[in-house]
Amino acid sequence: MSILEVKDLHANIHNHEILKGVDLTINPGEVHSIMGPNGSGKSTLAQVLARRETYEVTRGRVLLNGKDLLAMKPEEAACEGLFMAFQYPVEIPGISNAYFLRAALNAIRKYRGEEELDAMDFLPLLKEKMRLLEMDERFLNRPVNDGFSGGEKKRNEIVQMAVLEPKMAILDETDSGLDIDALKIVAKGVNAMRSANRAILVVTHYQRLLDYIVPDFVHVLVDGRIVKSGGKELALELEEKGYAWTEPASAVAR
Amino acid sequence: MSTTNTTIQDLTNQEYKWGFVTSVEEDTIPKGLNEDVVRLISAKKGEPEFMLDWRLKAYRYWDSLEKSHAEPKWANVKFGPIDYQNMVYYSAPKKKPSLTSLDEVDPEVLRTYEKLGIPLLEQQKLAGVAVDAVFDSVSVATTFKEKLAEAGVIFCSFSEAVLNHPELVKKYLGSVVPYTDNFFASLNSAVFSDGSFVYVPKGVRCPMELSTYFRINAAETGQFERTLIIADEGAYVSYLEGCTAPIRDENQLHAAVVELVALENATIKYSTVQNWYPGDKEGRGGIYNFVTKRGKCAGRNSKISWTQVETGSAITWKYPSCILVGDNSVGEFYSVALTNNYQQADTGTKMIHIGKNTTSTVVSKGISAGHGQNTYRGQVKIQKGATGARNYTQCDSLLIGDKCGAHTFPYIEVQNSTARMEHEASTSKIGEDQIFYSRQRGLSAEEAVSMIINGFCRQVFKELPMEFAVEAQKLLSISLEGSVG
Repeated sequence: MSILEVKDLHANIHNHEILKGVDLTINPGEVHSIMGPNGSGKSTLAQVLARRETYEVTRGRVLLNGKDLLAMKPEEAACEGLFMAFQYPVEIPGISNAYFLRAALNAIRKYRGEEELDAMDFLPLLKEKMRLLEMDERFLNRPVNDGFSGGEKKRNEIVQMAVLEPKMAILDETDSGLDIDALKIVAKGVNAMRSANRAILVVTHYQRLLDYIVPDFVHVLVDGRIVKSGGKELALELEEKGYAWTEPASAVAR
Repeated sequence: MSTTNTTIQDLTNQEYKWGFVTSVEEDTIPKGLNEDVVRLISAKKGEPEFMLDWRLKAYRYWDSLEKSHAEPKWANVKFGPIDYQNMVYYSAPKKKPSLTSLDEVDPEVLRTYEKLGIPLLEQQKLAGVAVDAVFDSVSVATTFKEKLAEAGVIFCSFSEAVLNHPELVKKYLGSVVPYTDNFFASLNSAVFSDGSFVYVPKGVRCPMELSTYFRINAAETGQFERTLIIADEGAYVSYLEGCTAPIRDENQLHAAVVELVALENATIKYSTVQNWYPGDKEGRGGIYNFVTKRGKCAGRNSKISWTQVETGSAITWKYPSCILVGDNSVGEFYSVALTNNYQQADTGTKMIHIGKNTTSTVVSKGISAGHGQNTYRGQVKIQKGATGARNYTQCDSLLIGDKCGAHTFPYIEVQNSTARMEHEASTSKIGEDQIFYSRQRGLSAEEAVSMIINGFCRQVFKELPMEFAVEAQKLLSISLEGSVG
């Protein structure tokens, strides 16, 4: 069974149609990349899959491990194994990074009928993942993302992903705002998560990230539809020829 | 962004759970206020001459203020004119308890306290808390008097104190908050009908927490209670107060006065969980909570610590303060104030440093949700003789949603160059972004908000006695339910 199955997905924001029929199937162990120009609907797709309620799904269906994702609340989707690394990670005042992540992990464990972890069990796990992402331990007790640099926030997202161990991880423009060193660290963290029972969807504007996180499949999203799919070489072709190459004449004229 | 706001509203809009009315027969006097009413109240309580004289002086002073329209207008709150003649100044359950035993209290009243989760009976022994319950204007039951008396601690209703300990009342009443202090304190001094009185003698550590629960029940009635706590040399006492009121469409006035006196080496810890009816979602009804609370650290090395969690009332206007007279004395103020829907709060503290090496700490956490307006107003004053004085002030605001407001007015006045002052302030916001982020990680919106709020308030909650801290946390999440998403 595939982990994610998207069929004819249409979605609006403020009555403006952004997704106009997306089809996508992702199987366990696969890494997919969605590329596309600004405004093509990449982030909308990520947000709709994460069940952000500001978007209205008007048609289509999405199955997450065979279950109806569109019927789930965001927290249910998370508990069912869907994770999104945010393009703009949010600062949460007053809660330490460690406390927040433990609460999240325990919410998910509780949902799955697993025992909750106390701080003594949780801290070693978190520290291990932080070392992998080369994050200093002082970030443990800082409020979530509060005063973090852009790169630190993105690395923190991957730390969270590593702790929560999702089945379906979506990285929304994780490369934006990263210098090359930080990009390599993030890629190392993501690659360490690749496994036969997990799938990863990398949403990006640039091919650069895909040098480090090499996808199995690349899809080009233009004007709310996937217009081209292929292997990793498609990303290079895009980089060379630009997105205009894939766009249907009607979209260009618009 | 309508979904955002809907979810935010869902979380903050929870029903007030204490809004029921108890049907007991009440002994109520006619509406309006004049000298005769003051005399009537005093007569009903069988007060000695000195008390009546004091009330009358207060009444005349208040009357002159009222005639010159001197009701304070400086607070950052809005409300229509209050008609002081359209209010009842005395209301008491008719079946007047003799106060010798709880059995004699009207069972309806006892049931009310049970409903509120305030056991006046045996369970109190386990909790180790002595309770004084004030229903409308009078004290209905005080528990554990005997046990406290063994330690020499006097804990009784104010009326009893006037009759049984007139020398103490005479000596300390008005010594911290004189009847000329401000408009509402004058009004209270004229018409206060009851409240709690505590005296802890020299060297005694009060063997249990003392607690008063205030309940307004009758309609169109103002509640004016007065609390006086004296900790003699080397004494220690921790005192808690809680309050609730039924849901009513009209606004009701609550104008209380609290005076604390700490003599040499004495400590008073005063905690409040204020949960008067806040009004409905459109801002109709609710209590006007206009309260004067002040403590005097009269002796060397004395300490007064205020902790308040303010979640109720349509309007809150209160500044629990410390006058640090004794050398090395310590004043503390820890506050969480929450305004939701159309609630308004203008609250903070005054720390007046007079003695040498006096220190004060102010930690204020304001939470605004819905259309709530939350103002911190604090004064720190270092007088000429207060060599070596120190103050630390921290003032944080949290905004939930985008229709509420937070305001900060710190006043600092320093007349001694050796003073050390620190002031920190922050403002943060919880919106749909924070909630969605948390939900994407697996937490429900409620969990996320309560986690954020509890994190924000932790510094204050840890100052509360244990059971109160739990209650306060619950209260905050209830008061906020429906406000975030």
